[in-house]
Amino acid sequence: MHLAELKDYERELYNFHLRMVIAAVVALLAFGALLARFVYLQVLQHDYYQTKAEDNRISIVPIAPNRGLIVDRNGIVLAGNDSGYTLEIAPDKTPDLERTIDQLSKLVEIQPKDRSRFERLLAETRSADSLPIRTRLSDAEVARVAANRYRFPGVEIKARLFRDYPLGETASHVLGYTGRITERDQERLEALGVSANYRGTDVIGKSGIEASYQEDLHGNAGFEQVEIDAAGRAIRTLTRTAAHPGDDVALTIDTGLQQVAEAAFGDRRGALVALEPATGAVLALVSQPGFDPNLFVDGIDPQSWDALNNSPDHPLNNRAIAGLYPPGSTLKPYLALAALELGKRTPKSSIVDPGYFMFGGRRFRDDRPGGHGVVNLYKSLVESCDTYYYMLSNDLGIDAIAQFLAPFGFGSRTGIDLDGEASGVLPSPEWKAKRFRSPEQKKWYPGETISVGIGQGYNAYTPIQLALALATLANGGVMYRPRLVDHIDNTRTGERRYEEPQLVRRIPLHEANVAFIKHAMEGVNRDPEGTGARAFAGAQYTSAGKTGTAQVISIKQNEKYEEKNVAERLRDHSLYVVFAPVESPKIALAVVVENGGFGARAAAPIARAVLDYYLLGKAPARKGVKEDDSSQAGD
Amino acid sequence: MTLTPVTVRRAIARMTSGLDGPLLAIVLALTGIGLATLYSASYDTPARFHAQLLNFAVAFAALWVAAQVPPQTLARFALPAYLLGLALLVAVALFGDVVNGARRWLHLGFLRVQPSEMMKIAVPLMLAWYFHRYEAALRLRDFALAGLLLALPVALIARQPDLGTALLVFAVGFYVIFFAGIGWKVLATLAALALASVAPLWGLLHDYQRKRILTLLDPTQDPLGAGYHIIQSTIAVGSGGIAGKGWLHGTQAHLEFIPERHTDFIFAVFSEEFGLIGNCVLLLLYALLIGRGLMIAANAATYFSRLLAASLTLMYFTYAFVNMGMVAGILPVVGVPLPFVSYGGTSLATLFIGVGLLMSVNRHRKLVQT
Repeated sequence: MHLAELKDYERELYNFHLRMVIAAVVALLAFGALLARFVYLQVLQHDYYQTKAEDNRISIVPIAPNRGLIVDRNGIVLAGNDSGYTLEIAPDKTPDLERTIDQLSKLVEIQPKDRSRFERLLAETRSADSLPIRTRLSDAEVARVAANRYRFPGVEIKARLFRDYPLGETASHVLGYTGRITERDQERLEALGVSANYRGTDVIGKSGIEASYQEDLHGNAGFEQVEIDAAGRAIRTLTRTAAHPGDDVALTIDTGLQQVAEAAFGDRRGALVALEPATGAVLALVSQPGFDPNLFVDGIDPQSWDALNNSPDHPLNNRAIAGLYPPGSTLKPYLALAALELGKRTPKSSIVDPGYFMFGGRRFRDDRPGGHGVVNLYKSLVESCDTYYYMLSNDLGIDAIAQFLAPFGFGSRTGIDLDGEASGVLPSPEWKAKRFRSPEQKKWYPGETISVGIGQGYNAYTPIQLALALATLANGGVMYRPRLVDHIDNTRTGERRYEEPQLVRRIPLHEANVAFIKHAMEGVNRDPEGTGARAFAGAQYTSAGKTGTAQVISIKQNEKYEEKNVAERLRDHSLYVVFAPVESPKIALAVVVENGGFGARAAAPIARAVLDYYLLGKAPARKGVKEDDSSQAGD
Repeated sequence: MTLTPVTVRRAIARMTSGLDGPLLAIVLALTGIGLATLYSASYDTPARFHAQLLNFAVAFAALWVAAQVPPQTLARFALPAYLLGLALLVAVALFGDVVNGARRWLHLGFLRVQPSEMMKIAVPLMLAWYFHRYEAALRLRDFALAGLLLALPVALIARQPDLGTALLVFAVGFYVIFFAGIGWKVLATLAALALASVAPLWGLLHDYQRKRILTLLDPTQDPLGAGYHIIQSTIAVGSGGIAGKGWLHGTQAHLEFIPERHTDFIFAVFSEEFGLIGNCVLLLLYALLIGRGLMIAANAATYFSRLLAASLTLMYFTYAFVNMGMVAGILPVVGVPLPFVSYGGTSLATLFIGVGLLMSVNRHRKLVQT
């Protein structure tokens, strides 16, 4: 080998080795960088990534609590839970909703109303959830869908508890209804800061007791810690905190009484409220027509919703607490009491009734064309003499009337534990000044006082106000807040929480005066001339009542009201208030029959049926209490 | 011939004479780790583990064959292998199957091959042979031509697109050129040019490739999309801690949070279950592999075998570094498997053939120590 060549070779080899050393150093540095990174991730940041990994794998799945029951005062279940299967579709996971529903309809019956309800839910509910397309599947349907499940991604059969109202329309306005949680409900729950507790829950109370006792009925959600994979599938349960079912709510309602009262209305519209004077407990609360709350349980279909909402009878309105009616003559006992308390009349003084009262050049007509003759306070109530009260209200003046009526609860919410109560109108110059705009309208005219005195004019009260005022009178001026709930049972601890009677006020009244008014009201039902005598003929208990007829349209001065000439919807409302027994009142109630005509004719027989049932346990023979056609004795 | 202890021993000696003990031990250790990790990663698809056992047997046979071939014979195959590989790459570009949006596979009747894989061996062979032929006086022109020989396959592979393989082929070819003695000034100039061309090259990248690089800079920007791989693999590595969660107990791996956990991201599975200690063992094994490879290169008999051995060795380094760096979130996500550990028959065969070549070089090293 040549020396130069050898030298070249040596230098080349040296160069090669040098480059290998460089490469080795670079490789070592690179591995060093990796090692540094590993130490950083696995030692310094280990806790952080450990948490991340745990977060990844553990998911919290809420368990919805079972909703509490609603029972009546005797333990009869009014709202329960019924298990059943729903067919649900998760819109997010379903590629073609329309096609999926079409294909499902070959396996299970899906009616157009199911579809439209589904679409409505889709619009109302926050996405990501699965929504029911069909509820209460039969076993055969469940089997058919289960066998074909692989064909339908995003479609699931779920076993669920449904709210169930076994008695249908009975006490529907007391119970209210439940429905699926809408976006608006969700926002409300978030505002209240309780949305976490509702994470597994689909339904919420929308009205009635279901809404006002929602928190008690709902219970507390449970949670399951579930290990999930990257696709979110549950692999196994790690820990489980059971849900606490909602509390059972026991109402003061007597279902038997409620059903008797509802049946007594027949097809007529109206409301009835029966209270226990000594406690404020609501024994029956009727608003007719009612509705079937079962329709709402899984989202009402639009057809049924429209039918309920657009009906001229407004079945969804709770007339008992939100319907406003002029009290008519049922206001007279309070004016009579005012006359005694304020010294404007004595039981002995009398007037002569010519059949009208002239005031300011205007003729206020009596209900009886020739008048009632010589009328004292007792007779004014028994025969319901308008002229007596025209004069009396003129003597009392509107301010005194308003001041005296207000403590009885006229024109203010009773505070019953239901949402949506109306306050009504107790007319007074102050009210009128606030209510109207123009100076002309703001002014109180003395003639208006005369109308107020017979329960007409601006007077507008809810049936529950009429019942509460009467209960207060029956109670000698002691008022208890009306309430629907007797007690709440905590199903977990077995603890029972009673809702105590809530004293609202004691109206200072003279016992003798109250006794006199009660005596006169007893005469209404007992004396042959009494306006309620026919309805209460042969009653085996004492009762004190007052009929009332409220004008829907005003009759001009010289016109005579002829029922047959007036369209059904414009006929007078028939009212009746009564408590019994007189000595120790157990029940006080107010009945309004819309467009029922004379109070004695439509409303009083309903009251009689209710009292007979409550005091004697007598069930009426048939549905719909017969109207008392012969009762033409005015009121 | 009768089966006596002596004849058996002789036969074994003849069979194993081409194999380098230390290299074999390192590779077997790595393969063992790989199989154990794959077993854990394929808890729901045990077929993969069995397939990999078969792959391993085939690859080992290929290693043995490669180790028996003397380097001189290898040199003769260099040009044909390179030309064949190039032809196949062109064929792929024209008739290849599209899998996951990339055209990488070629149907040859009975089997599907990935011609880019064989380029990992063919390119260093070709370049080493090329430099060996012109060993006497290498001029800039020769390096330029070598660069062209390298650029052709790299471009074809990058176009498929298969950035990971292109990177590895480029790396192994570059190492040959580097060890052939390309001038430092030329290298510096090329580096400067490469930096200057970053911006225009950016325009040539596919959207998903750009996204991968951008995602590396901030994985949280796209946690459910492109960033998901990096975030989840980083969580796997970090949550492994010092000692790891234990074999078969990685939650990230077993709950399917780690994507591609059998192949490119298998290191995340390993790292989660064996922790920092396992990582150190793995790094050490790779370091030993590289050390042994460089030692073989240093003692290689010819210019050709020296270049071949050194470049192949550094290719293993590139494999390991890029893969682990990617899983640990310091390098962009490019499809580079973890050598000897990731699932995949072709890849494993290539790696083992490379080791076989190293053993061949070692066997025919200079007999006289200077």
